[in-house]
Amino acid sequence: MSKRITVDPITRIEGHLRIDVDVDGGKVNKAWSSGQMWRGVELILQGRDPRDAWTITQRICGVCTTVHAIASVRAVENALQLEVPLNAQYIRNLIILAHCVHDHIVHFYHLSALDWVDVTSALKADPDKTASLAESLSSWNRNGKHEMRAVKERLAGFVNGGQLGIFTNGYWGHPAMKLPPEVNLLAVAHYLQALEVQRKANKIVSILGSKTPHIQNLAVGGVANPISTDSQSVLTVERLLAIKGYIDELADFVKNVYLIDVAAVGAFYADWTKYGAGITNYLSVPDLPLDTKGTQFALPGGYIDAGDISKFKPITSFNDDFWGKGVEESVKHSWYEYGDKKPLHPYKGETKPVYTDFQDNGKYSWLKSPTFYGKPAQVGPLAHVLCMFAAGHEPTKKYATAALNTVSALAKTKVGIEALHSTIGRHAARAVRCAVMVDQLADQWGLLINNIAKGDVKTFNQPVFPKGESMGVGFHEAPRGVLSHWVVIDNGKIKNYQCVVPSTWNACPKNEKDEMGPYEASLVGNPIADPERPLEVLRTVHSFDPCIACAVHLTDTENEQNVSIKVV
Amino acid sequence: MKVVVLGVGNVILADEGVGVRVIEALERDYVMPPGVTVIDAGTSGMEMLEDMSNLDFLLVVDAIAAGKAPGELVQLRGDEVPVFFRRNLSPHGIGLSDVLASLEFLGAEPKEMVILGVQPTSLDLSTELTPTIAARVPELVAQVVDELTQRGLAPTRK
Repeated sequence: MSKRITVDPITRIEGHLRIDVDVDGGKVNKAWSSGQMWRGVELILQGRDPRDAWTITQRICGVCTTVHAIASVRAVENALQLEVPLNAQYIRNLIILAHCVHDHIVHFYHLSALDWVDVTSALKADPDKTASLAESLSSWNRNGKHEMRAVKERLAGFVNGGQLGIFTNGYWGHPAMKLPPEVNLLAVAHYLQALEVQRKANKIVSILGSKTPHIQNLAVGGVANPISTDSQSVLTVERLLAIKGYIDELADFVKNVYLIDVAAVGAFYADWTKYGAGITNYLSVPDLPLDTKGTQFALPGGYIDAGDISKFKPITSFNDDFWGKGVEESVKHSWYEYGDKKPLHPYKGETKPVYTDFQDNGKYSWLKSPTFYGKPAQVGPLAHVLCMFAAGHEPTKKYATAALNTVSALAKTKVGIEALHSTIGRHAARAVRCAVMVDQLADQWGLLINNIAKGDVKTFNQPVFPKGESMGVGFHEAPRGVLSHWVVIDNGKIKNYQCVVPSTWNACPKNEKDEMGPYEASLVGNPIADPERPLEVLRTVHSFDPCIACAVHLTDTENEQNVSIKVV
Repeated sequence: MKVVVLGVGNVILADEGVGVRVIEALERDYVMPPGVTVIDAGTSGMEMLEDMSNLDFLLVVDAIAAGKAPGELVQLRGDEVPVFFRRNLSPHGIGLSDVLASLEFLGAEPKEMVILGVQPTSLDLSTELTPTIAARVPELVAQVVDELTQRGLAPTRK
């Protein structure tokens, strides 16, 4: 007999996602992913000035602020075919990269590591052995025995004081927890160090974006940072040098700690390379434009069908029709209606809510179901890394090979790139991508400095809105995957606006053909050791870095629990 | 003294954005004394870790669903504050509670915290506050000024 498990909400951060699974014989045999809130920001934008859209879209979500701002200005620029000055591209690229490095570090250490790391087991670790293990894996200068002893002491004080705080939702002692105490202690030490390091990334966003968490410096047509080599109030040489200092510190941590920790966790959980592949159609977009028109990019992107990287098809510019014509959204299983219309292209997308209750075979989510040429597609760091690998991007190949070699050495068996099509593979790919991104931070910084040194201080091109209708799409390879904003402008005002966000691609309900979305497909076949504590469900869903664009979540004031797990 | 006045909330969901609106009013009308930083945190989380580390006093302004009449002002201080976060009375309390828990683990939590809130009328999609809640913004601003003044950090009117 199958058992129904409902986890609601499943995220540790923003957004409200409910996952239902049917478990039979210790395995998931059916899955439903349901967005539990209504995303209607599109309606607020209708009738507004397209130049203001980005300030509103960056309020959609508290985690993904800058990415919605970037996608929005790109959409309007695409509609106007407006070029963006080189300095503005580089400054935007630096913000994109710093935000991304921040996001990837925080996701692994603070939002998902606790699915794999047993904090209470770390109390049994020998700190000196932990230090020698760590020093055998990496040259990081904070792996010494004094550091490990101090961390263990702090953790003991914290746990004994009954202040589990951030760790209260962990599944301590769960049979699926496999790391030895020393590795758990090492992970806790790096968890704390990551809390410090992530601030450096945020400081870069803050210097360039004028403010954080909501950046102030974007504009349709460029950025509002005046560049000067002498004035105090603008982007000066001094500030640029401070940024370089932060970049170097981030690079050290990402390459010598994050990439190695992920490989170590992967080696101890090698069985998780067999679970969680799900949808292996992978979609990504190129990003970090290197010219004013958006036809050359530092990072490639494109589409891989059915996991076959030899059949990679690139997306080459902001105007590429292979991208622009491939996207549609279905509402067959979503709480919206399109009348008798079939899936719609985002330019024609509608936002008419029609709520039913949760219907297993009918409507069950506030998310629409996007497809690429009629097929569901997985987006995110794994999709991006596989596409960059397929495109022959050398830095991606270098870091992916290094990570897989570390895993192979620790697991004492050859682990190849095919292992990435999995739950643990998504974590590995995110770390690989983070290493690529942190190198790009240094590259883009150099490009900006050299361009300023040539005497170019231009940062903005004035947009001009034509009479009549124009349409544009802005895409961005965000930390969680492909983000796109689609705008229809009529006589200088927004007529229609649709956001197709990464978590919509991944967390979507079934599509027009009743095919599962990536979360759902990746859950089917997962083992469930204890239905009362469905840690395995969390592992697979968290591997996507779930974040459903923020709206509202009111819990019962009498209910002390934020997370409810029902077993029916 | 290191003090932060933090406005939290989502400005595209009507009264959910009241905390941010109070911050906007403070920035428009007052100059803060040295040591006091006013931040529009929106709905963000871990990005706030740096600004919220090692504070002497954290003053949060927020919409609070406390089962009161719409527009009723709510203050939480001392032992009531952890309960606020555990029960997640704030519509977006998840991000902020993670930051506070991380700060505790780092040993960098605020020495004192006060939450000033108001029971919202509407959390529907809108960039405007409802009239009932908009009418409360000046009182919330005055309360912030009061809390700071009591600690010898009086803001000056522009």
